Amino acid sequence: MAIPVYYSFRNLFTRRLTTILTASGMALVVFVFAAIMMLAEGLQKTLVETGSYDNAIVIRKASKSEVQSGVERAQAAIVETQPEVMLGADGRPLLAKEVVVLISLPKRGSEKQSNVVIRGISGSSLLLRPQIRLVEGHMPRPGSSEIIAGQSIARRFRGGGIGETLRFGMRDWTVVGIFDAGNTGFGSEIWGDSDQLMQAFRRPVYSSVTFKMRDPSEFEKLKARLETDPRLTVDVSRETQYYADQSEVMAKFLRIMGMSLTIIFSLGAVIGAMITMYSAVANRVGEIGTLRALGFNRRSILAAFIMESLLLSFIGGCIGLFFASFMQLFTISTMNFQTFSELAFSFSLSFEIIWQSLLFSLVMGLAGGLLPAIKASRMNIVEALRAN
Amino acid sequence: MNLIKLLFKNAFRHKLRTYLTILGMTIAILAFGLLRTVVSAWYAGVEASSANRLVTRNAISLIFSLPISYKDKIRQVEGVKQVSYGTWFGGIYIDEKNFFANFAMELKTYLELYPELIISPDQEAALLRDRRGAVVGRKLAERFGWKLGDVVTLKGTIFPGNWELIIRAIYKGRDKSTDESQLIFHWDYINETLKKTIPRRADQVGFFVIGISNPNQAAEASAAVDKLFKNSLAETLTETEKAFQMSFVSMTEAIVIAIQLVSFVIIIIIMAVVANTMAMAARERTGEYAILKALGFGGWYIAALIFGESLVITGIGCALGIAATFPAAKAFGDAMGAFFPIFNVAGETIYMDIASFIIVGVVAAIVPTVRTVNIRIADGLRKIG
Repeated sequence: MAIPVYYSFRNLFTRRLTTILTASGMALVVFVFAAIMMLAEGLQKTLVETGSYDNAIVIRKASKSEVQSGVERAQAAIVETQPEVMLGADGRPLLAKEVVVLISLPKRGSEKQSNVVIRGISGSSLLLRPQIRLVEGHMPRPGSSEIIAGQSIARRFRGGGIGETLRFGMRDWTVVGIFDAGNTGFGSEIWGDSDQLMQAFRRPVYSSVTFKMRDPSEFEKLKARLETDPRLTVDVSRETQYYADQSEVMAKFLRIMGMSLTIIFSLGAVIGAMITMYSAVANRVGEIGTLRALGFNRRSILAAFIMESLLLSFIGGCIGLFFASFMQLFTISTMNFQTFSELAFSFSLSFEIIWQSLLFSLVMGLAGGLLPAIKASRMNIVEALRAN
Repeated sequence: MNLIKLLFKNAFRHKLRTYLTILGMTIAILAFGLLRTVVSAWYAGVEASSANRLVTRNAISLIFSLPISYKDKIRQVEGVKQVSYGTWFGGIYIDEKNFFANFAMELKTYLELYPELIISPDQEAALLRDRRGAVVGRKLAERFGWKLGDVVTLKGTIFPGNWELIIRAIYKGRDKSTDESQLIFHWDYINETLKKTIPRRADQVGFFVIGISNPNQAAEASAAVDKLFKNSLAETLTETEKAFQMSFVSMTEAIVIAIQLVSFVIIIIIMAVVANTMAMAARERTGEYAILKALGFGGWYIAALIFGESLVITGIGCALGIAATFPAAKAFGDAMGAFFPIFNVAGETIYMDIASFIIVGVVAAIVPTVRTVNIRIADGLRKIG
């Protein structure tokens, strides 16, 4: 015969102060756990959406990132003539020869400088990235000192808003448009005409060549051919893979940090739950004896105390998750160690994180409640009754 | 004296509960200490910088270079004692996960500007004689088992190709804050190669390091240097080495703030745990405290008993936590050497540990004390268990 769940619930309610303290300790742990998971998820989401599986990106061999890369014009032209490059409606290849550099800009409100990616685009750049939408103003006219800024740049950097100007390369550049890049890393970039930027930065080579493939399954063949072509010194990768590699260190850092924090914090919370449950058992020796005398068996007592501990941790888990869900309103912007440039990403809550957090809180409850519950279930009826 | 004895007796009446609470406190202080050390590791570069050094870089951003011809103009600026130059090399040793900082510098002037890198004179001479020679930090040499004369091949990311270097010197850090995990080799080696392979990138440096005679003139000297190159193709930005290092930290500020916040969260969690323990202890002893009151002990005495007990528990936990922080930080620093070359527990961290144990102990005791002190004697005596 089982002891009703109501019994466990009433017990928690009777010792409100203890319950609140223990549950809030657990809530904080679940909050930290969920927040870090959400951050890693947000980073992941940003990077996955930045690249497109159908696109391939060509950079100089061993250069690892666009900023460090340099692709000579002649080499870019060879890539352009590959048969695997898809042609657009106008018969021209869907291929963008881009120049990517970093400029340091001051943030609004503080004088702190941060590195921002500035990308010189060519005709097909927009067609290759359907995620990008101009929300204000117009595209930079070819041959002019006009630039457009991603929403995250426009909001956070001085001189990034529409109508404002930035000075670099001995010229003033006017921001004539703002683009929405969804959840992608492009939102932290500034775009301008590639020929103008190459001129301004005195940089006669492209940084990367990106193109859409006629048939994405031909990628492996294309990669093998281009990388062994004696005229070229390039690395070819799928755009999705390229962006995943770009933040590998960041993702690893978040993972290691998150895991070690969660383990240490959960030890603290498990100890809290254990203290609470041991005292719950110690205070109720007589009661346990009575229950046993009434005919409830050892297993029911064990179940009742474990249930109490699980309820306690579940309350904590729900509270923690509730507050963590508000973190979705925040965007983290920091330097990506690998690209050396700003990257903005948000906390992102997924269904998976919800159940993992709740499961995690229940595991903590079980870990904290198991030993005390076993102690309760092993009590001798006569001695327990005499304790009162 | 009796009071202190009583505090310890009280604290260890419920042995299991007290041990668990102390364990929790130990873990919390340990975690707090490690997180604070991670934060100070973040600032290690800033700590190690000297007030006597300025850094000049391209005003657009660090990835743009400056012509080597600027060197002589900079040297003429008043207050400038010495100029060194070079570039971030960013080479990869075998695999990307073997990351360490590597620079190509004009080594003679660089070693003069960085007296904290200690090299024996014969190694220094050998290093300066060999254009392919490189100097590595003690820790880095240990990490890969390098010895003098070993050949190390770096794969260039910014400068294409494989670069063969010969270890000619191993430096030791003068101070605890000196990074002993860098590799530095001759800028000439890169430049001579670039002249042959990519002439347009030759004779360009990433940054100048300027030694000034008087740190108080840093602002004037910086302004004077930048004024020299105003409205040129490559405008410069000169700042103190500290500000230069700080700019890297501020770019990753969000992470530092997050770690700091999280380090306080662990203290709040343990506060809840200790408060819970104290609430239970006070509840069990309501009757006893009522008897003490009936005997004529005042509210302050009872308060001292509860606060004292709470502080005894948190204090023991804190002491154990601090003791564990040092070996843990050593182990963590060894394991994460690639991320954090400098990983030392700062004295400040210990003070913060002590402050947090006092805060946790006091806050945890407030509610139980108020409840106990305010209860009427008769009610207290009536209450059992």
